[in-house]
Amino acid sequence: MGGLVAGVDVGGTFTDLCICDPATGAVRLAKVPTSMPNQADGVLAAFAAAGAALAEVGLVVHGTTTTTNAVLERRLARTGLITTAGFRDVLELGRRTRPRPYGMTGRFVPVIPRDLRLEVDERMDARGRVLVPLDADAVRAAVGRLVAAGCESLVIHFLHAYANPAHELAAAAIAAELWQTPWITMGHALLSESREYERGVTAAVNAAVRPVLERYVGRLADELAARGYARELLVMNGNGGMVSARAVGREAVKTVMSGPASGVTAAVVTGRAAGMENLITFDMGGTSTDVALIRGGLAPVSNEIEIDYAMPIHVPMVDVRTVGAGGGSIARVDAAGLLRVGPDSAGADPGPVCYGRGGTRATLSDANLVLGRLPPDRFGIAAGDARAAIAAQIAAPLGLAVEAAAEAVVRLANTHMAGAMRMVSVSLGADPRDFALFAFGGAGPLHASALARELAIPRVLIPARPGLTNALGCVVADLRHDFLRTVGRPLDDADMAEVHAILAAQEAEGRALIAAETVAIEAVRAEFWADMQFLGQTHLLRVPLPHPRPARAELQAAFEAAYLARFRVSLPEIRAGLVNLACSVIATRPPVDLTRLIDPAGRRPTLAGALTGRRPVWFGGWQETPVYRRERLPEGVRLAGPAVIEQMDCTILIEPGDRLADDARGNLIVEVGR
Amino acid sequence: MIDPVTLAVIQAQLQQVCDEMDLAFSRAAFSPVIAEADDRSDGIYDAVDGALIAQGARGLPVFVGTMQFSTRTLIARIAAGETAPPEPGDIYIVNDPYLGGTHLMDVRFAMPVWREGRIFCWLSNTGHWPDTGGMVPGGFSASAIAVEQEGLRLPPVKLYKRGAMDRELWQVICSNIRVADQRIGDVRAQAAALLVGEDRLATLLDRWGEATVTAAIAEMRALAARQMRAMIAAMPEGSWRSRAIVDSDGVVNAPLTIALEVSRRGEQLVFDFTGSSPPCAGPMNSVRATTLSSVYLAVRHVFPDVPLSAGAFEPLAVRGIEGSFLDARYPRPVSGCAAEVSQRIAEAVFAALVQPLPALVAAAPAGTSGNFALGGHDPETGRDYVMYQISGGGYGGNADHDGLSNGCSTIGISKAPPVEIMEQRFPVLYRRYALHEGSGGAGMHRGGFGVDYEVELLRGVARASFVMDHGRVGPQGVLGGQDGGVNRVEILRGGEVVVPEHLSKAQDIPLSPGDRVRVRTPGGGGYGEPARRDPAAVAEDVRLGRYDARDAQRRFGGR
Repeated sequence: MGGLVAGVDVGGTFTDLCICDPATGAVRLAKVPTSMPNQADGVLAAFAAAGAALAEVGLVVHGTTTTTNAVLERRLARTGLITTAGFRDVLELGRRTRPRPYGMTGRFVPVIPRDLRLEVDERMDARGRVLVPLDADAVRAAVGRLVAAGCESLVIHFLHAYANPAHELAAAAIAAELWQTPWITMGHALLSESREYERGVTAAVNAAVRPVLERYVGRLADELAARGYARELLVMNGNGGMVSARAVGREAVKTVMSGPASGVTAAVVTGRAAGMENLITFDMGGTSTDVALIRGGLAPVSNEIEIDYAMPIHVPMVDVRTVGAGGGSIARVDAAGLLRVGPDSAGADPGPVCYGRGGTRATLSDANLVLGRLPPDRFGIAAGDARAAIAAQIAAPLGLAVEAAAEAVVRLANTHMAGAMRMVSVSLGADPRDFALFAFGGAGPLHASALARELAIPRVLIPARPGLTNALGCVVADLRHDFLRTVGRPLDDADMAEVHAILAAQEAEGRALIAAETVAIEAVRAEFWADMQFLGQTHLLRVPLPHPRPARAELQAAFEAAYLARFRVSLPEIRAGLVNLACSVIATRPPVDLTRLIDPAGRRPTLAGALTGRRPVWFGGWQETPVYRRERLPEGVRLAGPAVIEQMDCTILIEPGDRLADDARGNLIVEVGR
Repeated sequence: MIDPVTLAVIQAQLQQVCDEMDLAFSRAAFSPVIAEADDRSDGIYDAVDGALIAQGARGLPVFVGTMQFSTRTLIARIAAGETAPPEPGDIYIVNDPYLGGTHLMDVRFAMPVWREGRIFCWLSNTGHWPDTGGMVPGGFSASAIAVEQEGLRLPPVKLYKRGAMDRELWQVICSNIRVADQRIGDVRAQAAALLVGEDRLATLLDRWGEATVTAAIAEMRALAARQMRAMIAAMPEGSWRSRAIVDSDGVVNAPLTIALEVSRRGEQLVFDFTGSSPPCAGPMNSVRATTLSSVYLAVRHVFPDVPLSAGAFEPLAVRGIEGSFLDARYPRPVSGCAAEVSQRIAEAVFAALVQPLPALVAAAPAGTSGNFALGGHDPETGRDYVMYQISGGGYGGNADHDGLSNGCSTIGISKAPPVEIMEQRFPVLYRRYALHEGSGGAGMHRGGFGVDYEVELLRGVARASFVMDHGRVGPQGVLGGQDGGVNRVEILRGGEVVVPEHLSKAQDIPLSPGDRVRVRTPGGGGYGEPARRDPAAVAEDVRLGRYDARDAQRRFGGR
């Protein structure tokens, strides 16, 4: 049996594969178009393109957008809901919102339609005391109706089940007797926390994507096995850890952030190896730009991700924020003559004018092309169309030359992205100046240095394979399980023995789950947190705990310090409240050698050997700029901007004043000029 | 003349300063009204005339225009010697409705930004305090007849002097408001937000220089005005009438009328409210700043792309409010102005503008904040409490699709509290939280549905109060569409069903354990002739139980 480790990430446009040989450090890469509707075909095609025999592969880790797309497009399994009498419309009414602050319009489609949401008599109060016993006959009748209606998955979601799950457990047992579906989701099982809408949507999405995910993963596992893969398939979870294909369905909802989680995981590992533990990740593609904040070498995790309008998924997942569109952002001059970039996007189809696929509206990518920042030869005749679009739609109404107009588009786009990144940092209590920018995705390295300058970030880290980062993240991911339990008491009144018991139980459960996996493990560690607030507040602050047996005074001090650091406010007048206790158990795998992501054999001894040509690039005026091939750059390269560096999966722009160096692992580090 | 690129960049950065102030305020605030419901706003204002320069994107829409009026008043009072002039580190506090405000609960802070000894601009923010004293907890009295009954009224005075809080003034305030011990958290958050803004603005000014930023601000104002004029110029010539009805003022049980005629005159839109009802005895009066702000926010709902800037308001003229309940003077009670009257004004604006702009404007939304307050004593905790249930309702249908169900108020952006959280905190049990069936106004695109909830008091005694609207007539349908369902309040007490005399407003109705309150909130108005609705869509609504079959037949017609 082979020992190769393969990471494969299926994105909206491309399927990326990264195969590492732990013995030699050798790496094979592939990028193929994503196949629809069956993503498995693209995965197999990627293995074929990399020339890898699956029999030699000892581990396949897979990042997938199957569940994300299923939710966004509402291509969901037919799912029924059994809920507390009087509350079947909770999933349709939501939290009383509208999509945007201005504009009295909007649409919302609930995950489960009204006729498949059935009510039964039962009721708990907020402390988990039974007010109305569960009507078992009504549960039986409801199950019968849902089966007859053609449902294949079931959610049982009762009010206050987080406080006492007895009725959900009893109803699930009844349902399991009558209905041979493997797909029953109980609301409290995924999220034992109050807020009936968020818990209900999380459970409903889980139930509705579970059959979709299990079918897909099962089919892929079979296909891989048929081609000689003898081990278990692992799937990237939204929390940045991976789980075995057989276990992924139980918490299928956690895979809705599978792709972004891989990218952040790769950034954490790359940053750690490069000695940079505080990173802002900047993943810019054609249709969206995602940002995450890595502190102390740890992936950021949030329990409050909203993946679409009114679609909150409240399980721990990497905290990746979409801050705007990408290269497809549309530029225009509005009725008052003011330049605007985004939020509309030409998307991937038809895409920017320069793609030559029928796009007619000027975009950010078109502006980059006009300025010589993208290789003109790659776009052929459409390059002229892009220039014409910028000239007619931007330059003429603003009374500017074409280059000045294109520069304005890029600059405004950078201003918006920088502002959004600042807001993400600030909302998490961080100052961007304390971070390095980790730039990836097809367009990230093109804009990174300008953004870093705007945000006063001193340094940009460009990984060896910016366009394959997610696949790499799959290769290096940990195993991870997260737990959260609501305590909800003033700290003064909390039973500290109970606090210690909860944390100990969470750690034990996580270690047991990891022990059941078949993957090779190097070390297991547990991290602990408390979610706290001042009494009377609604926002929570997550406070890291150094160990699972904190004393009361220790908790109080940790909270006050964290609060002061975050809000610059101290409130000695007010008591602290202990809301949740949380634990993550993380198993790290043996390290994978990442020094050969760029093949040493391809490197040239001198910088001149990597030079492929020169072309004029606009930096406030045309400058003849050297163009280098990334794969040929000599080890220990040092150069000063301006320069363009091209590689298979992206274009890197080094602006005048910037200084570039590489490190031993093939990363490029840009010291941003002021 | 500033170049267009620098202009666009500075505009985006000024916007980000405001967004960051919004964030700082919400994240550190205590009151759920601010922290969770975002009932607050932050902005930058002109040093000379207080005109709005930029405002946070996540600020409560009803504050879209108000702070420029309060800042303008403050500047004028300082010039006239009525208010002490500022020194660096000073922050003013003010909540007087008649000095450019809304209701008393909306407390404004204002602070000058200094550059080399001169005031460059003002920063101001508003936060809705959970209580400012007065005859009922929370300030929403349905039966007040003078502003003194509604709470503590502060003219602009310095709460912070040279960077330090004035402890004596603070003690006066604390002695006049309820649950004062928690307000210190909100006050610090509100002041800290201004300091964050000052800090960020200084960075921006250092980078670009004051002259450039000043030129950019002037240019932004001109551009916003030009953009609004361009929108207006694209409308057909003409004038369009509309009306909106407020159920009653809470004291005298008679409807109040908002009469409106919108006229396009060249590149100006004139909103003439002549013929609206005179000032009322109860708290459904509006003050001038709130009335103007309501017009502005309604227009921005129609043209969401126009920047939030004083320039955008320049082509909008409001006339004919003098002597009406839309321009109430001291000592008229005003607690309903920000939450209810503002939404009726917006409804009138929508109903007028949908005529020339049928593709952009929707039928009327539910348009009430649906304020239900329950105050009582919980014997289990031994404490008094005040619970608020603010509800949403259906939005109007529009040219493209049906209205949203359970949207937030026209003037708000907040989320509803979960039932589970309400039951954790208060001695109540919700019997139902459901779709208000049948409430969506029929139309080619029907209105969205309101909410139907029922709450039971579990223990202790309590008093229920209601400040809602649209109990008399539903949200207006347009272009042949029908009105949405009306707001209904019922108290189920000892086997009897009691409906408040004023339908949507009542104060201090006593409740005993087992008594229930049922509220059904309005549905949105329908858009276009119901007979033009796709029969499959009608059948789907019937199949899903949103309308019963006979009702649907009657509303949409049989074919």
